Formats: sequence, structure tokens, C-alpha cells
Amino acid sequence: MKRQLPLLVVFLAGVFMVIQYFVPAEFSEKAYEFLIDWTIIIGIFALALGIWSLIRVSYHKIKTKQEGYFYSYVALAGLFGMILFGFTFMGGLESYMFTHFFDHIMIPIQSTMFSLLAFFIASAAYRAFRARSVLSSVLLIAAFILMARVIPMGPLSDAVTVVSNWILLVPNLAAKRAIWIGVGLGIVATALKVVLGIERSYLGRD
Amino acid sequence: MVRTIYLIAAIAMLLLPAIVLAQSDTAIVQTPAAIAAPDPPAPPTNVVVADNPNDNGHSLRVQWTPSADDSTGRAIVMGYRIYRATSPDAPDSLWVERGSVARGTHAYVDRGSRDPASAAFIPKATDLYYRVDAVSADAAGRSAVAVGQAHDNWFNTKRVIVLIFVIIFVLLTIAFINAAKSGRTLYVRPLAGIDAVDEAIGRATEMGRPILYVLGLGTASDIATIASFSVLGRVAKKVAEYQTPILVPCYDPIVLTVAEETVKTGYSDAGRPDDFKPDSVYFVTQSQFAYVAAVNGTMLRERPATNVYLGKFYAESLLLAETGAVAGSIQIAGTDEIAQLPFFVVACDYTLIGEELYAASVYLNREPILMGTLKAQDWAKGVVILTILIGLAIRAASSKEFMAILFQVES
Repeated sequence: MKRQLPLLVVFLAGVFMVIQYFVPAEFSEKAYEFLIDWTIIIGIFALALGIWSLIRVSYHKIKTKQEGYFYSYVALAGLFGMILFGFTFMGGLESYMFTHFFDHIMIPIQSTMFSLLAFFIASAAYRAFRARSVLSSVLLIAAFILMARVIPMGPLSDAVTVVSNWILLVPNLAAKRAIWIGVGLGIVATALKVVLGIERSYLGRD
Repeated sequence: MVRTIYLIAAIAMLLLPAIVLAQSDTAIVQTPAAIAAPDPPAPPTNVVVADNPNDNGHSLRVQWTPSADDSTGRAIVMGYRIYRATSPDAPDSLWVERGSVARGTHAYVDRGSRDPASAAFIPKATDLYYRVDAVSADAAGRSAVAVGQAHDNWFNTKRVIVLIFVIIFVLLTIAFINAAKSGRTLYVRPLAGIDAVDEAIGRATEMGRPILYVLGLGTASDIATIASFSVLGRVAKKVAEYQTPILVPCYDPIVLTVAEETVKTGYSDAGRPDDFKPDSVYFVTQSQFAYVAAVNGTMLRERPATNVYLGKFYAESLLLAETGAVAGSIQIAGTDEIAQLPFFVVACDYTLIGEELYAASVYLNREPILMGTLKAQDWAKGVVILTILIGLAIRAASSKEFMAILFQVES
């Protein structure tokens, strides 16, 4: 029963979602929105579990003085600090401390992480574009042509544009569409396995 | 003589404003008589209001025959304005403008809200009256009033093809599952990335380092994440057998709870439930780059022997994979996000491309039923390829210019 009940819920919800996709009527739309609201509600409750997990792991790292345990202090201070400053009696979400921590610490750190991507792309491109085989040489040439498209090339500009457009719109797009079709079929197959109860690894232990 | 000239000039200076004023007065007086009354364009005809198909019953489709002065005749029409009222005899003040379209257009969909409190609300099964005005620069030609009602639709006819294809696919799946159950051997091509999982776990065991398993930024309802859970279960079982530590940092709290159960199950299946450490599966944050920072920190501190990235990945894919490469880990990745695949291909040792992610659990488990679904996928791909080829052949046969269009490249 413990295993059959979740499978039944998954089956009914899955079948409903399939039918809902083909029925545009208002009742179907409202039922869909109702179920989506439930996922949001479940997500909020699950967030409490997530916070508990974070606290537990950080505490354990501090207690056992694992490598870099100092960062766990920072994580916990940030977590509790922001919760505290977010309370109404401390000024709420518009308070000086809350907005300043968010705008002047959180956002700059996130921007820094994102900007690292530029350097990582350069190092990854260096590895990818080493012409060690025929295929990697083709990749290198294609990449060079595509990069040349955004550089003023004088009389060669038109030719480079035509060739790079062909690369993007013919072989590249064909490969992308092939992957999309495969992904679409894979999604349907996996969804079918879940709805029919063939795939049940997400249920955990009996 | 000079005095006479000055006198004439002075008189002229005095008279000039009077002359100008007199002329301008004349112009003002003459204006109404000179400008003709605006001549409105011919109104649109045959206005028809009908339920908009394939919707929730809160929109109407208005169609008309364009004005005779649209692009022919005097060609003075600039566009059309669509008005709605609840009565055909409503005064002008109660006709509400619902939208406007450019000239040459002959249809408009009045999409309403289903919320009765909203100004855009369109009630179901209620007579609503529409008129269409052909608008020129200075006048409008009004059409006759037409009436229509919006209704619920029970089937989206635009999705018939999808339905047919889903039915074919389900039938194929059932047929192959039955074939697999009856003992028929189903061949599936090997996937290097999946074959490498066992090898990578063995390497981690030899090195005495943990395995890092990243489920990505997807939620538990993403199919890619569900596929990743299957592989995680298998990996967890293996690491339990080899007594190798596993680390699963999670981005989503629901994913955390499912991942925790999946890893526990893996340990139980391996007969070592007591070896499971609750801290090995943990929540980090729901902030994308904070998550990246935490996982990268783990890679650099713990130096895992193997990093597995399976699930939904976005801009963080390369940040994770490059850091893993710097840390010297073997890396196995797989995602259905096409934009991220090149990054994984470049930075990882093995990459599961698109559908291979969904096939991974089947390769690992080799259960007949799962093999049947995988075979059905391959056959469905064959059906898609065949359909595309037949479509191309029909087009090529029916159009002389088609072959030219096929190889045309836009500059």
C-alpha cells in the first residue's frame, strides 16, 4: 500500500496532465492551475527541509572542524542575518540592512561568478580548438569562420557572412533539430515510464 | 525730395501691419468654407463574429471583408479599429475599442480575460456585438454590427498531430515491452559515457576520494532530473558496494528530498543501509551562482575523483565543468539543454547528448521493460526521419523551385 498509493497518485496526475494538454476548456485550465499551485505549496514546505539540511551540514562541519569550516560560519551568519533583517520588527524587506546586504554583497558576488564565465570560455575554447584530429580541425575552422563574422574583414566580409550563415543554418541547425527530436521522444518515453509505474526510482525505498 | 521719401516710407510702415492683419483675417474667415467635409472610406463588409477555436471560451474571432478603399479604390484606409458593445443599439460612448490592426488585415481575435472583475472579461455564451471601422487620416467608415458568442472548446484541434504521434509511440512502447518480456533479445548501441560510470567509481575507490554527483538546476518535475535520479540510484548502489563516499549538493529542496531517498535506496540495495551518511546529500541554495560557488568550493577542497553532472544545466555548466577539469577529476556530463552541450563536450571526458541522458538508466539497469521503451524511442525516431523524408519528396515533386529553395542560403 505504501508503494501503491504514490504510484496511483502519479498515474492519475500523469493521465490528467496528458488529457489536460488536449482540452483547452476553462475547467481544464483551472484544474491545471490548481495542481501547479500545489507544487508551489509543496515547494515552500520543502524549503524548510532544505534550510534544515543546510544548518545540519554546516553545524557538522564546524563541529568536526573540517577543511574550510570557517565558511560554514559565514553561511550560517548570512542565513540567520538575512532572516532576522527580513522580519518586520527589524524593518522588513525594505530595511537598510536587508537591501544593503542584498544589493552590495549578494548581487556583486553573483555578478563576479557570472563574469568568470568569460575566462572559462577562453580556457575551454583553447582546449577544444586544438587541431588533434580531423573532427577537431573541422571544429576549429568552423569556429574561426564564425568568429570572423563579427570582425570587419573588408572585401571578404560578404563571403564570410554567407559561409557562416550556411554553417549556422544548415549543418548546425540540422544537428540541433536532430537533438531536439531525440530529446522530445526521450521526454515522452520517460514520462510514460513514470506514469505507468515502470520507472520508480524517485520513490525511494519500500 | 528726401523728406517726401521718408514720409512715404513712414506711411508704408504704419499701413503694413494693417495690411497683414487684414489678409490673415481674410484667411481665417475663408478657412471653413475652403476645406471640404472629410470623406470617410468605404466601410468593411461581411463582418462575422464567431467563437475563437481551441480556447477556454473567453475570446471571439472577428472577420470582415476589407474596405473597398483599402489598397484599391482611393487607397486611403490606414487600418481598422474593432469596437464591442453589449447591445447593437448602444450609444457611441458604450462602444469600447478592443483593438486595431493595419490595413490589408481582415481578422482580429478579441482575447478576453476569464476574470469577471477584469475590464477585459469576455463572458461565455453571451451575445456580444462588434463593429469594425475602416480608418483613414481624418475619418472612419463604420461597418454594420455583427453578433457572436464565446464557448468552451473541448478539444484542441491544433494538437491532433501530437495526439496521433503519442498514440503511435505508446503502441510501439507497449509492443516492445511485450517483446522484451517474451524473452526476445533487444540490441541497443553502447554509450561510452554510461560505460564509464563503473570505471569512474572504481577509480574513485582506488584513489580514496569521493564522487561528486550534481543534479543540476532542474526541479523534481523536470524529466531530465527524473532521469538523473535513476542514474543516481545506480551510482549510489555502486559506491555503497565499493564503500566510496558520495557527495550530492542540491539546488532545489524537493530534489534534495528525492535525492536523499534515492541514495538511501542505493545503500539499502547494496546491503549497506548503515553506511549511508545523511550529510552526503545536502541542500546548498536556490541562487544559481551561489550554488556554483559552493559546488566549485567542494571540488577544490574535496578533490573528488569523479564528477557526474546529469540533469538540467544553464550558464553554470561551464563554470562547474572547467573547475572540475582544473581539479583533475574524471567528468561525465549529460543534459537536454542544447545550448550547454558544447560546454560539456569541451570540458568533460564523456558527455551524454540529449536523449542519451534519458537512455542512461536503461543502460545501467538492463531491465527488459526499460529496454522495450528504449527500442520504442529508436523506432519512433525512425518514423520521424521517414516522415521528414516523405515530406521532402512530396514537396520536391510538387514544386519546381523547391530544390532551389532547399539549398538557398540567406545572406
